[in-house]
Amino acid sequence: MTTQAARLGDPSRGPEEDSFLKRLRRKNWFPYLMTVPAVIVVVAVVVYPMAYSLFVSFTPFHLLRPDTTSQFVLEDMFNNYARLARDDVFWRALWNTILFMVVTVNASIVIGFGMAMMLARMTFAMGPVRVLLMIPMMFAPVLIGFQFAWFFNATVGLVNNALLTLGLISQPVAWLVDEPTGMMSLMLATIWMTVPVVSIVLLAGRLSLSEELYDAASVDGASVYQRMRHITLPQMRPFFVIVMVLLSLDIARAYDIVRIMTDGGPAHRTELIWTYAGQLAIRGSQFGMASAMSMAGVVLGVTFTFILFRQMMQLRKDMG
Amino acid sequence: MTGSARTTPPAAKTARPRPTTRRRIHWRDIGANWLAFTVIGILALPALWIILTAFRPNLEVNASPPIWIPQTITLDAFESLFGLNPATASGVPVMSYLRNSLSVALLATALSVPIGTAAGYAFSRFDFIGSRALLLLLLLTRAVPGVALSLPLFLLMRNIGLIDTIHGLAFIYIALNIPFTAWLMDGFFRRIPRELDDAAYVDGASHWQTFWHIDLPLALPGLGAASVFAFLAAWNEYQIASIITKTPAAKTFPVGLSDFTTQFTVDWRGMAAMSVLMMIPAILFVLAMQRSLTKGLTFGAVKG
Repeated sequence: MTTQAARLGDPSRGPEEDSFLKRLRRKNWFPYLMTVPAVIVVVAVVVYPMAYSLFVSFTPFHLLRPDTTSQFVLEDMFNNYARLARDDVFWRALWNTILFMVVTVNASIVIGFGMAMMLARMTFAMGPVRVLLMIPMMFAPVLIGFQFAWFFNATVGLVNNALLTLGLISQPVAWLVDEPTGMMSLMLATIWMTVPVVSIVLLAGRLSLSEELYDAASVDGASVYQRMRHITLPQMRPFFVIVMVLLSLDIARAYDIVRIMTDGGPAHRTELIWTYAGQLAIRGSQFGMASAMSMAGVVLGVTFTFILFRQMMQLRKDMG
Repeated sequence: MTGSARTTPPAAKTARPRPTTRRRIHWRDIGANWLAFTVIGILALPALWIILTAFRPNLEVNASPPIWIPQTITLDAFESLFGLNPATASGVPVMSYLRNSLSVALLATALSVPIGTAAGYAFSRFDFIGSRALLLLLLLTRAVPGVALSLPLFLLMRNIGLIDTIHGLAFIYIALNIPFTAWLMDGFFRRIPRELDDAAYVDGASHWQTFWHIDLPLALPGLGAASVFAFLAAWNEYQIASIITKTPAAKTFPVGLSDFTTQFTVDWRGMAAMSVLMMIPAILFVLAMQRSLTKGLTFGAVKG
């Protein structure tokens, strides 16, 4: 419209040049200026290093042999990945990571949801309970790692002490060393970290729902299950998405817990992709291999986030 | 207080509406109350045990068979942590860790919150070319695990001489905090009615003036929440710090915690004392924002 008016008012100017210049000037630069600093910093600290890491993953880079950095050979570029594919420990770590993520995310949501439902029914002592619930949130993941490493310690651990005192076991159990209990202990520690956040967000969601919906449902004779299925769960969808976003951050931090508690050991029993990559790089100085390894982890994380992103865009659209 | 309440019982009644006949206290509610209380008690127990351990004498902590009920409460662990008692000094440079952790966390918060807020505002108000792609890019950076990021950062920081410095570490944390801050503030800005912006534009305000004078003041609670999250994220971060920092000149608390572990022994009580020290900011924040924390976590999902 404006272009048309301009053309009519000033016939001497060519329409091409006019629309381009005007459009450039009319263009709203404000949102770009606001996002530029964020983009610069994130590109410098995350995007560029990750691109560099991708490059390193195609080289036989070994930290103690600097000459290996520039040894990029086209035919050999997938050597690290090929070695990984043949590495049993890698497959074990990959499987453990997927298992770990699926179990901790689902268990946190189910337990957190149950606690939120329970808390929504509470009629007294909400204040103290809320403070108690937030106590695990005061712990850094490293602290949670140390805490549970101590509790599950075979000789001085709280869990063994308690079970021995109660007479439930006669011999100390090596929780972090034995086969299924090692992974289970790690998952338990991670769930302990995530459950409070999940239940607080879901509790806020439950309390934000209007009681009228439930009253109407009771009048219509809806059962407990039907109310859950047709009112509570769909109405709380935005809160579940928030929980997923927060969990995706927390699960990434679970590395701290695993690193402190077992560091993937013993004998790679509790190895996750992150711990294995860390070991290859820090102890083995094999940055090429470790980078290839972390690329596999990045693919896992990005897939997870991408699914989440589509949900979130829908939510933003609904909110306006 | 009680006297005045007694003289005006109707006012007290209306101030706190009693449950109506439909929602009278039921035995099932009481059961639910106790169940919730028990479950949350069990959840909080491990944490309380750690805090208690920091205040017990070493003899009790390491006793075998274990002593469950504390006999004495002492500050010994903190004395040795800070080296106040030369005989039991732990030799852990706590003060350096404290200084490093504080400067890194404050620096990261002071820079990441304004940058992230600006980006969040742009995402919430403008549908510009590439806005969706940018938001996706920012979120995807969150999906990059710390270990994966720490390897190239180690190499690059080494090349530019920022390895083992608090500036290098703070710079990394700024970038890591920006996406979450932007996402958080996007939610907060979305809750502010657009009509306010339109009114400002009609009065001839520029985009910047509208942001600075109208929307930002209204989003201050969000800014507070974002600052707390940014501070705690930097304060608690371990993965990258453990690889980037090596000496007391730059090591932060989470990295320093391993000082209590030697090859064969672990000083659990010293670790518990340091844990309590590390928790202080989180405890302060949580107690101060007990109510608004919920709001901060659910930003935007509840309208109005």
